[in-house]
Amino acid sequence: MENYLKDIQDIKKMMDRSTQFISLSGLSGIMAGMYALAGAYAVRVITGEKYKKITLESTEFKMCLAILAGIFILSISTAFILSSIKAKKHGETLWNNTSKRLVANFMIPLSTGGIFALLLINSHHYGLIAPVTLIFYGLACINASKYTLRDVRYLGLTITVIGLVATYAIGYGLEFWALGFGVCHIVYGSMMYFKYDRKQ
Amino acid sequence: MSILMVNEYADFNTLKELLGVTDGNLASHTKALENEQYIIIEKQFIGKKPNTRYMVTKDGRKAFKDHIDALEKLIQKS
Repeated sequence: MENYLKDIQDIKKMMDRSTQFISLSGLSGIMAGMYALAGAYAVRVITGEKYKKITLESTEFKMCLAILAGIFILSISTAFILSSIKAKKHGETLWNNTSKRLVANFMIPLSTGGIFALLLINSHHYGLIAPVTLIFYGLACINASKYTLRDVRYLGLTITVIGLVATYAIGYGLEFWALGFGVCHIVYGSMMYFKYDRKQ
Repeated sequence: MSILMVNEYADFNTLKELLGVTDGNLASHTKALENEQYIIIEKQFIGKKPNTRYMVTKDGRKAFKDHIDALEKLIQKS
């Protein structure tokens, strides 16, 4: 009897293994969230009194862009490093069919959102930038979740909803960013870490 | 078969990596599946490198589903 159950379990395991990238590290989510919160704090410190009135040409804005780029690069590198460590533990490779599909399906909505945000800057619709980036990032996560751990789906749904709420309350972009990119990543990253990575 | 049921296709190296078997082992199993007409084997060249792809057939899908149903019935009986 246990043999039949094991057969079905093996079949399911093999199906998941060939379609899902399981080496995604929850810890990298926590780190990304912390980078985002640190960055949001730094932006707040830099803009200080002039919070809602900095211009595109000012040095403050360029510093903010640099912080943004820094958060981005740090988060991606951390995710890369931690996930390859996890992949080695599982005896999997980091770059294979499943991770390729994951990256492709994540990047399509994400790049669309990025380009859309740039176009918004171009047409001076600054208030919408934060909500739009949150919404597209959330959708990108939902799309990518099919090819990796399922928890990413809930992260995506939460961030998308936050993005919609941010559209309703325009003007608090930084706060919603901190909530979506900071707090959510920490929360879901921790859930994933305790669910999967601690078992080792 | 599990892998081919949930992917459009899989190539030789992917199957080999996921199943952890030798070249010969994989080749003989896939030949057996092809003889039953459960899978299709497509050989082509990508640039200069040979590439072999496997896809499940309609008969293969049905056979796999029957297999799963049978397993589930056996489990429920106990």
